[in-house]
Amino acid sequence: MSGSITQPPDNSLPLSVRDLTVAWYRKPVIWDVGLDVSPGQLVGVIGPNGAGKSTFLKAIMDLVPRASGRIEIFGQSYKRSRHRVGYVPQRESVDWDFPVSVLDVVTMGLYGKIGWCMPVRRHHREAALRALERVGIGEFANRQISQLSGGQQQRTFLARALVQDADLYLMDEPFAAVDAATEKAIVQILREMKQAGKTAIVIHHDLHTVPEYFDSVVLLNMRVVASGPTDVVFTRDNLEKTYGGRLTLLDEATEAMRRRERTL
Amino acid sequence: MSALSNWSWDYDGWIVLAGILCAIAASLPGNFLLLRRMSLLGDAISHAILPGLAVAFLITGSRSSLPMFLGAVVVGLLTAVFTEWIRNFGEVDEGASMGVVFTTLFALGLVMIVQAADHVDLDPGCVLYGSLETTTFDMVEVAGMEIPRVVLVLSAVTAMNLLVVVLFFKELKLSAFDPALATTCGISARLMHYLLMIIVAVTAVASFESVGNILVVAMFVVPPATAFLLTERLRSMIIVSALIAALSATLGHVSAIVVPSWFGYRSTSTSGMMALCAGILFFVISLLGPQHGVLIRILRRQRLSRRILSEDLIALLYRMDERKSGVVASIDQLRAALLSSGFMSSLLMKQHARKGHVIATENGYQLTDSGRRLGAELVRSHRLWEQYLVSEGGVAVDRIHGQAEQLEHFTGRELRDRLQQETSAPVLDPHGSPIPPE
Amino acid sequence: MRTLAALHSILAFASSSLTDLSIRWPTWPEWKRVLFLQDYNTRVVMLGTMLLGLAAGMVGSFTLLRRRALMGDALSHATLPGVGLAFLIAPSLGLAEKSLPVLLTGAALSGIAGVVAILYVRNLTRLKEDAALGIVLSVFFGAGIAILSIAQQSVGHSAGLESFIYGKPASMIESDRLLIGCSGVLTLLIMGVLFKELTLLCFDEGFAASRGYPVLLLDLVLMGLVVIVTIIGLQAVGLVLMIALLVIPAAASRFWTQNLKQMILISAAIGGAGGFVGAAMSALFRNLPAGAMIVLVCSALFFISMMFGTERGLVVRSLRRRDLNRSVDHQHLLRGLFELQEIRGPKAGIPFSELQTLRSWSSYRLLKEIERCRRRGLVFRDSDQNLSLTSSGVVEASRLVHEHRLWELYLITHADVAPGRVDQSADAIEHVLEPELIAQLEELLLQRRRVQGIAPSPHPVDAEQAS
Repeated sequence: MSGSITQPPDNSLPLSVRDLTVAWYRKPVIWDVGLDVSPGQLVGVIGPNGAGKSTFLKAIMDLVPRASGRIEIFGQSYKRSRHRVGYVPQRESVDWDFPVSVLDVVTMGLYGKIGWCMPVRRHHREAALRALERVGIGEFANRQISQLSGGQQQRTFLARALVQDADLYLMDEPFAAVDAATEKAIVQILREMKQAGKTAIVIHHDLHTVPEYFDSVVLLNMRVVASGPTDVVFTRDNLEKTYGGRLTLLDEATEAMRRRERTL
Repeated sequence: MSALSNWSWDYDGWIVLAGILCAIAASLPGNFLLLRRMSLLGDAISHAILPGLAVAFLITGSRSSLPMFLGAVVVGLLTAVFTEWIRNFGEVDEGASMGVVFTTLFALGLVMIVQAADHVDLDPGCVLYGSLETTTFDMVEVAGMEIPRVVLVLSAVTAMNLLVVVLFFKELKLSAFDPALATTCGISARLMHYLLMIIVAVTAVASFESVGNILVVAMFVVPPATAFLLTERLRSMIIVSALIAALSATLGHVSAIVVPSWFGYRSTSTSGMMALCAGILFFVISLLGPQHGVLIRILRRQRLSRRILSEDLIALLYRMDERKSGVVASIDQLRAALLSSGFMSSLLMKQHARKGHVIATENGYQLTDSGRRLGAELVRSHRLWEQYLVSEGGVAVDRIHGQAEQLEHFTGRELRDRLQQETSAPVLDPHGSPIPPE
Repeated sequence: MRTLAALHSILAFASSSLTDLSIRWPTWPEWKRVLFLQDYNTRVVMLGTMLLGLAAGMVGSFTLLRRRALMGDALSHATLPGVGLAFLIAPSLGLAEKSLPVLLTGAALSGIAGVVAILYVRNLTRLKEDAALGIVLSVFFGAGIAILSIAQQSVGHSAGLESFIYGKPASMIESDRLLIGCSGVLTLLIMGVLFKELTLLCFDEGFAASRGYPVLLLDLVLMGLVVIVTIIGLQAVGLVLMIALLVIPAAASRFWTQNLKQMILISAAIGGAGGFVGAAMSALFRNLPAGAMIVLVCSALFFISMMFGTERGLVVRSLRRRDLNRSVDHQHLLRGLFELQEIRGPKAGIPFSELQTLRSWSSYRLLKEIERCRRRGLVFRDSDQNLSLTSSGVVEASRLVHEHRLWELYLITHADVAPGRVDQSADAIEHVLEPELIAQLEELLLQRRRVQGIAPSPHPVDAEQAS
């Protein structure tokens, strides 16, 4: 794929954030966040609700205005390295009644490459189908997207990110309310990405699985409470700092809910 | 059909053609307006162009079409731009900002025109009058053929819209579906927005001038909405919407002639009837549509709830039979336990009796062997699910019944076998009741 | 088409009465006559439109909050077929075809049909709200035009009807004002009684439904209110301009307040003022149609609100943003100098270039901030142009550093509630948090300092280690 040609010849980091502050009115949402991510890493971003995790991803992509700070992606501004970034939004961010098929949605990941006014060709659709098969829902390619289950919708988004063939992936809660099989499939894909030298920054909720899924974590609660390799940073002490000492309860509650969702 | 005896292809034919062209031209961009949840923008723009017409007239002092046309298109675009500004900078919701902009522009236009009328004789009939009925009053000669100017203009607009939709199909689709992704792909969602606004404004103005704006406002919304209910792909949605638009235009003109004659009147406003026909088509399809039709969905839901009740009845009888073999239960007993209506319950029990699941006796119903098998399956599903929810899902025992109650109706043999495997073939459910064997 | 009809009537009116070219300023007696409501006709019109503005402003607040600002648009169009049918049917009932009660009944019935149609499309098909409004608007209007066109043939003079649809405030008579007044009081009563429920409906429909509120019924009540206001407004300002009265005052009041009750009051005030002033201007100047003037006055108020509104106005917000940026820069500069001088000793001047690399600020912003701090005597340049804190600068900086650390600690210890309360632009933490809480945090900070020695910041793993 063409991605391997554009593989970074330089040693610049996939993502480098300095002093990032985003504020609505007077309320900062993200406050003085600094972060460096090195290539080939799976980075989990965790933190309580309202900690600014989604805003952080959006600020990286210039989708929200920032009060201060500098962001570099592969040593360049977002605008110039846009083609190397793949974004997996939250599932609720699009209208699932939209009259498109699963394959169409995946093909959308290629639109940037296909170029203005050029039609989608057979080999584009084939690439999209391959991506769908990779995430395990090839047989649903021709369904209308509202007929998918939550997990399948998430896989569709993942397949779309795959065809984008980016070097840096930003994923907003890909594991939210998906079934166990989907979760496994997504993790598998993430590992394959990592082996191909890609970097993924993933917002994540389920603390139990963090050590298993991610190489490094960023504990975010408006500011970076801690960040670094999972085995160093992902400590009870740091978690309590992030979640405010109520971790155990919160944790049990989310876990119970997750289990219930899975059984449904 | 005597009302149609005056039908003349030279006259009515052109009217129908103009109506069809206008309808198709509007329905093409209308699909994207609908999907972007901006259906009312067509209406807003077609109101707001008034000051554009007035300004163009005041500046040029002429009533020639081109400056008027350009003035109106520019103001139509400004409507979209201002709406966007107020929405972004003022953080006012989309509908409200649209409402502020178009009513203000409309009021401004009214004031200007009253002022202008003071100075010159601005004859609305000449400048602004657009009515389908007058289609044939203004003919131009093209390649030796007499063609109404309206038809010519609307053909051009339709061709333009078609070209834009075909050329930018994928960009329009993506920026409507997921603007954030479009932007990250380098397709500016904003640019596509304004491209769409341009063709909407041009369509609205061209139609306003030639056929009046009721038709165009209706065709921006109604055919795409109808097509949305019928299709599952954007491409087919666009094609179907164009077909529906053309159909409602044709039906509209015919019914404008025919319907009033039933009540002893002469023909009525054609574009009004075209809009009404589109609305009737929408209503019929929303009611009877094969996939998402309201009736179909109601029927489906009722069939499902009937099936569930029917299964619940057998399962209940089975549970009673478990406690006391060969029990006879009356309808009243059954329906009291299930809180169901007496009529439905007895109807469904009669059905069961016909199928040989139960025998009707004087005091009520008794399970037969085949009914017992059926009940055992259901109760087995129910209890296996309860076991599964507790052992695998970690759900509290007092909260499992409701879930199992729903799940049992959707559980076949295969799923039961898997449940049995996963729960390592239990004999009793969490409440201590035996799980019937397969 | 409707625009055309409006034009038609206006032009007919204009060309018949006006021949002179100059704009004539009204004389003082004329001002007095209008503004002090001396003239009977003017009084009726102005009070009527003011009442209408009040009622529409109030109802509009709810529809705006329900994100359904354009519902008035759809419903006002939906009344048209009813008007036409009433006109056609009235004679066969032995009534005058233009009798107001009959026409209003027709309008109300078809408005209700419009409400039902909107609910049908929205709740029973998979189409969204905007499509529902668009469909009802255009189809009902089309039907209305078709019926009116027939009505014209049957009677031959439906010109009165058109002015009914497009509005003619000047034709308002005493009984109309009474009607408007009664309806206004009625809407006020309904809203007063159902205030809590309607608020809940607008704020969180799902929650309202889960608490057992009859959401559909409340929705119907809200739409019913819109229909009432629209119908009484039809004759006064006309169809299109009625929409403006439902949307603009409510949207404008949002810039002034976040409190629903205040919002409704302000919205009513703007609507009322729009009605009064607009009608007055139309009475004072020739050639200014009242309906349009009412809308333009309302829009002017809207733009003033959008610029200068005290809650969300553009000026206030940009000032707030500037203050925030300045306070961020201020904190960054003083904290940066303080922390560097903590390491290098209080005498060491810090070169500008080093400050610049400390954070990602533009040299312009940094220089501006240095200048501001210098003027306030917090920072001085030594002979090498290096920067140092003055003694009062040290005091200020240590306060800021302390404050910053308290905030950080708060974020960590009260992580679950903290993000909602952190207010960077607040001058001091005391303005936001309770004194007991601050004392608690101070205690904790002291403890940490004792345990860890100098702890510049409570997060031990620094961001730079992420890679």
